[in-house]
Amino acid sequence: MATLKLTDVAKTYGGTIDVLKNINLDIKTGELIVFVGPSGCGKSTLLRMIAGLEKISGGELQIDGRVVNDIPPAQRGIAMVFQSYALYPHMTVRDNMTFALKLAKKSKAEIDAAVAKAARILQLEPYLDRLPKALSGGQRQRVAIGRSIVRDPKVYLFDEPLSNLDAALRVATRIEIAQLKESMPDSTMIYVTHDQVEAMTLASRIVVLANKGIAQVGTPLELYERPQNEFVAQFIGSPAMNLLAGEIVETGAQTTVKLAGGGTAVAAVPTRDSDRGLQVNVGVRPEDLSAVEDGAPYIFEGTVNITEALGEVTLLYFDRIGDNDAVIGKLPGIHQGLRGQTVRMTAQSDKVQIFHNGQSLHYR
Amino acid sequence: MNPALLGLVTIVIGVGGCLAYFYFSNILLDKVIFPGTGPNAGRNINRAEKVRPWLFLAPAILALGLYLAYPVFATIWLSLTDRSQGNAFVGLANYRQMGLDPKFWEALRNNMLWLIVVPAASTAFGLLAAQLTDRIRWGSFAKSIIFMPMAISFVGAAVIFKLVYDARPEGTNQIGILNAIWLQFDGAIWSVVILRILPVVILLAIATLCAFLVWVFARPVLRPDQSRPGLINSIVRISAAVVTAVLVLACLLGALNAVTGTYPYGVPQQWLTIPVWNSFFLMIVLIWIQTGFAMVILSAALRGIPEETIEAAIIDGANPLQIFFSIKMPQISSTIVVVWTTITIVVLKVFDIVYAMTNGQWQTQVLANYMYDKLFRANDWGVGSAAAMVIMLLVTPILVWNVYNARKEMR
Amino acid sequence: MDDGMAGGKSSLTWVVNISVVLLVALWLFPTAGLFISSFRTADQISSSGWWASMFPQEQNQTLRTARPGEDNIAEVNGVYQIDGNLFVAEGQAADIDAVQATISAWGTGSLNIDEYAPGDTADLGDGEQITVQANGDYVWTSPEPQSGRGQRVFTTAKTPPEFTLDNYRNVLFNPNNREGMAKAFFNTLTVTIPATIIPILIAAFAAYALAWMDFPGRALLIAAVVGLLVVPLQLALIPLLRLHNEIGIGKGYLGVWLAHTGFGLPLAIYLLRNYMVGLPRDIIENARVDGATDFQIFVKIILPLSYPALASFAIFQFLWTWNDLLVALVFLIDSSGDTTVMTKQIVELLGTRGGNWEILATSAFVSIAVPLLVFFSLQRFLVRGLLAGSVK
Ligand SMILES: Nc1ncnc2c1ncn2[C@@H]1O[C@H](COP(=O)(O)OP(=O)(O)OP(=O)(O)O)[C@@H](O)[C@H]1O
Ligand SMILES: [Mg+2]
Repeated sequence: MATLKLTDVAKTYGGTIDVLKNINLDIKTGELIVFVGPSGCGKSTLLRMIAGLEKISGGELQIDGRVVNDIPPAQRGIAMVFQSYALYPHMTVRDNMTFALKLAKKSKAEIDAAVAKAARILQLEPYLDRLPKALSGGQRQRVAIGRSIVRDPKVYLFDEPLSNLDAALRVATRIEIAQLKESMPDSTMIYVTHDQVEAMTLASRIVVLANKGIAQVGTPLELYERPQNEFVAQFIGSPAMNLLAGEIVETGAQTTVKLAGGGTAVAAVPTRDSDRGLQVNVGVRPEDLSAVEDGAPYIFEGTVNITEALGEVTLLYFDRIGDNDAVIGKLPGIHQGLRGQTVRMTAQSDKVQIFHNGQSLHYR
Repeated sequence: MNPALLGLVTIVIGVGGCLAYFYFSNILLDKVIFPGTGPNAGRNINRAEKVRPWLFLAPAILALGLYLAYPVFATIWLSLTDRSQGNAFVGLANYRQMGLDPKFWEALRNNMLWLIVVPAASTAFGLLAAQLTDRIRWGSFAKSIIFMPMAISFVGAAVIFKLVYDARPEGTNQIGILNAIWLQFDGAIWSVVILRILPVVILLAIATLCAFLVWVFARPVLRPDQSRPGLINSIVRISAAVVTAVLVLACLLGALNAVTGTYPYGVPQQWLTIPVWNSFFLMIVLIWIQTGFAMVILSAALRGIPEETIEAAIIDGANPLQIFFSIKMPQISSTIVVVWTTITIVVLKVFDIVYAMTNGQWQTQVLANYMYDKLFRANDWGVGSAAAMVIMLLVTPILVWNVYNARKEMR
Repeated sequence: MDDGMAGGKSSLTWVVNISVVLLVALWLFPTAGLFISSFRTADQISSSGWWASMFPQEQNQTLRTARPGEDNIAEVNGVYQIDGNLFVAEGQAADIDAVQATISAWGTGSLNIDEYAPGDTADLGDGEQITVQANGDYVWTSPEPQSGRGQRVFTTAKTPPEFTLDNYRNVLFNPNNREGMAKAFFNTLTVTIPATIIPILIAAFAAYALAWMDFPGRALLIAAVVGLLVVPLQLALIPLLRLHNEIGIGKGYLGVWLAHTGFGLPLAIYLLRNYMVGLPRDIIENARVDGATDFQIFVKIILPLSYPALASFAIFQFLWTWNDLLVALVFLIDSSGDTTVMTKQIVELLGTRGGNWEILATSAFVSIAVPLLVFFSLQRFLVRGLLAGSVK
C-alpha cells in the first residue's frame, strides 16, 4: 500500500564524515527490498533514516508522495524489527504487542482483534502472557515481528532480524517471513541482511550498497547473471566471481578476449569495433567453469593447488594465473584426484562477463 | 501543622509537582508552542526536540546551580569580606587572620594525618578482608558484617566508640573494652611482646613497604636513559616519593618510641584526652566505617581479574605472594586509586565524628569542625569561609582528576 | 579458589578462616557492645563490662533480711525466728521460685564478706544466729524478739545473665521523658522520606536527558556533574542559610528537604545516567517507532527498567539523610528544638548524659536500628550502587 522515493539522500556525521551520498531509489507497493553490502557500508544507517531514527542530512525521502524528512518515526506509518528484537523486557508479550496501539489510543476491541490475528499468524497464542525472558530466541523473534504486524504499517523495516538465530532456526524463520510476505502482498518491506541466501530468496529486488552509494539495484537473478560492476560481481555469489585480465581481440555480437594467462574467452556481450585492444577483466563464476579436453579452446590453464570436496561439489583452488592468485573452480561431484594436475577450464559464452574500469560492458 | 502530615503533604506536592512539571511542560511544548501539526509540522517538531532536553534538565540544573555551584562562588566572596564591617571587601585579611590562629594549623596538621592514615588503613584492611573473605565459604556473611558500619551514622559510631574508649576510676570495674584490655598488661613478658615487639615489627614492615614505594616512585625519574617520564609526571613522582620518605622516617621514629617509651601500666587511660594518640583513636572510627566500602569495591575488582592470568602465573611457578603483588595488584591498581580518592573525600569532609566525640578539644581539631566552630559558634563568616575554601582547595586535585577521567571515558 | 588445584594446602584454609573470624569479631565487637548495653540496667552497665553480661556473674551484694515485725516473727521452742529469702526480701526476685542467683560465700561484716559457706550458721552475738542457704533462704533466730532493721548479710553470688527492655520503654514510650527519642525519631523520618524521593525524580529526568537525548553542551554538563560530586557541602552552608533566610524559608523542614535534594543530586544523576546509558538502544528506538513521546518513553520504559539503579540511589540517599547531622544542624534545628533529629539528640545526650550509658546506648541503637534493617535487607542494591558509582 505504500511507495517510497529516495532522492539524493545523504548522511554525514558531525558535518564531516560522509557515510552515504546520492542515494536514489524508487520502491513500489508490495516490494520486498533487501539491502546488502559489506559491513559498515551504511545499510543500517539508510534503514534508520527511512525509519526516522536518524536525521537525513541531505536529499528527500517521500512515503506515499509525502515528504517525511522532518516527520517523527511514529507518524511515518512504519514498523521496525531490530536485530536484538528490542522487546520491552518488563512487559508481557501481549503488552509488547499492544504498546504502540495503546499509545495511538486505539479502541480496546481493535487492539484485541489485532493481537489475536498476529498471534494466530505467528503461533504466539500460548505465550501471550509470558515475559520475553521466558521465551526462546525464535519465539522472541516472532514476537518482534508480531509487534510490527499489529500496527498494520505501510512499510516494514527489518534490520538483520535473523542474525541472532542459529542456522536451523534461521532457515525456518526465513521461510516464515517469506510466507508472511506472501500473505500480505500489499505491504512494502525493506530488509537488511548479511546473508546472501536470505537476500536471494526473499528479495523482489536487491540493493547493493558500497562506497557510500548504491552499486546496483536489481532482481536477485539480474544481480547474479548481469552484475553491473566488478564489486557487485564479486559480492554476490560464493565463492566470488573470478576476474582475469586480458585484451579484446574480436568485437561484434560476441566478443573475444585474449587473456594474459594464455587462454581466450568468448563472451556473449556485444562490442563496437573501437573496443578492439581495450584492456578488460573477464568475469566467470566458479560454478560456470568446466574442464575441457586438450585441443579445445580454453579460458585458462592452471595447476590445481588445493581441492575441497564439499560433497555435492568440489572446489578447485588454482595456482596463480596471470596476475590473479585466487582463481577458483567449482565442479559438480567429487574430484579430489585433480589435485596437483594441470587442467584447462572454459565456460559458455553467455556466462562470461566483461568489465572495463570496473564497469560491465553489458550495461554500456 | 503536624510535621508528619506536613511531610506527607510535601511528598505529594513535591513528587506530584515534579511529575506535573515534566508532563505539562512537555504538553505545552508539543501542543502550544511548537504544534506538531499544520503547515510547519516538520520544522516545529525539530524545534521541540531541541528544547525538550532542557525541559528535562531544568529542575536538576536549577538545584545543582543553586545548591552547589553558586555556594562555591558565594563562599569565595564571603572569605574575602568581613561581616562585622557590613560585608566590606577586605582582601585576604581573613586568610591572614586564619594563618595566625594556632587552632587552624592544628586542624590542618590533623587533617593531613587523617588524610594519610585513614585512606591507607581502610584500603589495606579492605584489601585484606577482600582477599580473605573471597576464599572461604562463609565469606559473604563475613563481608556483610565488615560492611555493616557503612549503614551506621558517624554519630552512632561515635557513641559506639565512646563506650569502647570509656574509662572508670582506678580500682573499679572497667566497662570500656580498651581499658579492660589495657589493664591486663602489667609489664611482664606478654606485655613486652604485644606492646613493644609487635608494634615495632608492624612499623618496620610498613617502613619497608614505604621504602619500596619510594623506590617505585623515584626509579623512573632517576633512570639515566631516555625513557624518563615527562616534567609534570616527574614532579608528581618526586613529591610522592618525598611524602613516602617522610612516612618511612615517621615509622622508624614510631618504632624507636615503641621500644624506649614508658607505659603507664595498670592505670586506666582517658584515651580521648591524650594528644596525638587521641587523633588516632578518632581515626579508628572512620577506618572502621570505611573498610567495608573498600572491601566491597576491591573484592569486585579482584574477582574481575581474569582467572587465566593467575593460572598462567601459577604454571610459571609464582608463589602466592608473587601472584598477589605482581599479577593481581597491577590489575586492580586503578580501582585502588578510586577507593583511595573516594575515602580521601570522606576524610576531608569528616565532621560528625570529631564534633560528637571531642569537639576538637585536646588537640583533635580538624578543618571541617574548625570551620563549623568559626561559622556558628564564633559567628565569624569570613574566617569560616576561608577555612571552607581550604577544604575546597584540598579537594580540587581530585575533582580535576575525576573530570579528566570522565571526559576521557566518554570519547 | 585453591580447592580445585593440585597441591593446595588445607592448613592455609585454616589460617584464612581464623583470620576472618578475628576480623569479623573486631568489626562486630563495638556494635555488639552498644547493643548489649542497651538491654542492661544502669547498675549492671556501670558495675561490669558488657562482655561479662553474657556469662553468669560473680556479684558482691549487701542484702538485708526482712524487717522484723509482728507478722513475720514466729516463736518456736522459745526461740524467736524470722525466715525468708534474701533476694525476695530485697525485691530482686518476686518469690522463692524466681530466685536465680546462687550464693557461693557470705559474711556478716563488711571486712569479711566471704567468712561462711552456704548452709553455715553465723553467730551474731547476744545469742542471735543466722543461717543462709545457697539460694538465699535464711533463718534468723534470737532469744529475744528481733527489732529495728533487718540483719545485713554480705553475699557473693553468681547471677545468671539478665536483660531488660526498660531502657527502650523509657527512651521510646515514656511521654514525660524530655530527652526521649520518639519525637526525634519522627522528625528524622519526616526529613528523610521527602529528601529521598524528590531528588530521585528530578535526577531521573536529568539522567535520561544526559543519557539518551542529543543536545549541545551535553558532555560539558556531564563533566560538571562529575565535578560537583566531590564539592564539599561545607561550602554551601553559609551562602544557602543566608539564601533561605532571604527568601523566607528560614530554618525548617522545607529548607532541609531542599538542601538534601541539592546535595544528593550529583550522585543521583551520575549513578542513574551510568545505568541508563547501559540500557539497550534498540528498545528505546523501538518505543520511538511505536509512537512514544520522550515523556512516555521515560515513564513507561526507562523508569521500570532502571529500577535497580533507582533502588541503589534511594538506599544511599536514605542512609545519608537519616544519618546526617551537619545539614540538620544548619538548616533545620532552630532554637526551639522542636525539630530536633536523632543524631542531634544523641550528640546532646553525649554532652549532658555522658555517663548514663543505658540512655546513650539505647538512644543510639534506636537511631542505628532502621539503617541496619535497611542495610541487611537491601544490601544487594547497595553493593550494586557502590560498584556502579565508583568503579570506572
Ligand atoms: N554516530 C556516528 N558517528 C560517526 N560515524 C558513524 C556513526 N554511526 C555510524 N557511523 C559510521 O557509519 C557507517 C555505517 O554504519 P552502519 O551501522 O549503517 O553500517 P552497516 O552497514 O549497518 O554495518 P553492519 O553490517 O556491520 O551492521 C559505519 O562506517 C560507521 O562507522
Ligand atoms: Mg547494521
